[in-house]
Amino acid sequence: MTPTIETQTLEVNLGPQHPSTHGVFRMIATLDGETVVKLKPVMGYMHRNHEKIGEGLTYIGCFPYTDRLDYFCAMTNNFGLSLAIEKLAGIQVSERGEYLRIIMAELTRLVNHTAVTGFLLNDMGAFGTPLLYAFREREKILDLFEAASGSRMMCNYVRPGGVREDVPQGWLDRAREVVREYPRFLDEFETLLTKNEIVRQRTQQVGILPKALGINASVTGPMLRASGVDYDLRKVDGYSIYPRFAFRVPLGTVGDVYDRYYVRILEMRESVKMLEQALQEIPAASPGISPKGQAIGKAPRTFRPPKGEAYGRIEAPKGELGFYLVSDGSPQPYRYHIRAPSFINLTVLEELCLGHKVADAIIILGSIDIVLCEVDR
Amino acid sequence: MLPAPHELKQTVEQLLPGVSLTLEGDLLLVAAHELAAVCRCLKEHERFHLDYLANLTAVDYPPTPASGGAGRIEVIYHLYSMAEKHGPVALKVRVPRSHPAVPSVTPIWRGAEFQEREVYDLFGVIFEGHPDLRRILMWEGFDGHPLRKDYVVEDQDALEER
Repeated sequence: MTPTIETQTLEVNLGPQHPSTHGVFRMIATLDGETVVKLKPVMGYMHRNHEKIGEGLTYIGCFPYTDRLDYFCAMTNNFGLSLAIEKLAGIQVSERGEYLRIIMAELTRLVNHTAVTGFLLNDMGAFGTPLLYAFREREKILDLFEAASGSRMMCNYVRPGGVREDVPQGWLDRAREVVREYPRFLDEFETLLTKNEIVRQRTQQVGILPKALGINASVTGPMLRASGVDYDLRKVDGYSIYPRFAFRVPLGTVGDVYDRYYVRILEMRESVKMLEQALQEIPAASPGISPKGQAIGKAPRTFRPPKGEAYGRIEAPKGELGFYLVSDGSPQPYRYHIRAPSFINLTVLEELCLGHKVADAIIILGSIDIVLCEVDR
Repeated sequence: MLPAPHELKQTVEQLLPGVSLTLEGDLLLVAAHELAAVCRCLKEHERFHLDYLANLTAVDYPPTPASGGAGRIEVIYHLYSMAEKHGPVALKVRVPRSHPAVPSVTPIWRGAEFQEREVYDLFGVIFEGHPDLRRILMWEGFDGHPLRKDYVVEDQDALEER
């Protein structure tokens, strides 16, 4: 007769205060030994009801609040809201404004993907070093943001019809310099990580997201593309002036943590290409017309879009960032809803973690790339 | 290619006898009890193949002196197709504010799970058939639904004085 040992499962609270949860986020994990058998995410610790606040503000007044959604990607958050307002009110965007937006959006993608890769390594136990390499590069781009908008992270820069103000003199040359140097950093980063045996051991075949589940669960962004679904809004919607740019959409094959890491690296390389093209093609400022002057920049307080509703979406670094606006003809939005990519990407967290060790649950969460200010809104 | 909204309406009505949709601008207004059938048809029929629920949210319209009645809540669905790369199709369900109940689309699109919980949390809409309908952003035991227009936001200054 074989002796049997009585076992029982153990319920563990991961978070809300824990460095690996990227903010205040809690996972109630049920463990059998070290294996995750059930996992329930708990969120809302940062909830401030951004949408309710937005209903009491003017359309332009909402912009500084969007900076604080996903604080790595203030520029793309502004961009998303601008796009929805332009759709609602039928505003044309100036040519130089379009280019500046694309430049800012792609720089933001570099910032986000660099930082998330650094944090992912942190989650794997490589404390500090990879993250500092990432932050060193991120800082150069944040300097550019500061020169253009006055703030490193809370940029509040993109506006309906263009951008808030033109970039200062010499900014484009500085940007070209940063973009020229970036591939060298990526090579360095990849040398350390892509073929690193420990990284591969930890990430390959971990947290696989099947293609069908990804689509069905409305997962978007690099996370979906790592599972091999070719869906990039820059190509699909072709919003702004993205159709003018030559870039490829990197796709993963397995859909594990490693693919999510590598798709982001490849996306950065494509962004560098786009930035080179945009910085070369950007038209000179037309004298006397500021990028904002053509639209509503002059009198934001009296800006009233016509009655109606619009859903505007962009490919933010984390996935589809959508803004749903309902206007009743007053200066304030009647309804202001944000479709937050990292909130919805969390839907599949439990499926990805089941059957893996609790240490893997941490890197799976890291590979989803969430920012809690955006999840909770 | 996705058919134009009025053709789409006709096609769905032909495919699902007994279902009648109303066109409001580019939006399709669906009756709550027909929602699941319409969604399944839009997702599965090869003409549409809308496999991706991008956005799900609600808007509150409390009664006004002009409209009278009990007011209404509208639940909005924005559907796209990842396979065919087309869309959007916007659906709208209108329910009375006093008893807002809508069938859940989570069995059709998993992506609705958290979004329906959010709408339940902030608007009080009951999604019938949702596997795990709990509050998601506010805490359990919280009273009220903050995104309803008549929700009274607590006075921050008054709290400090107390």
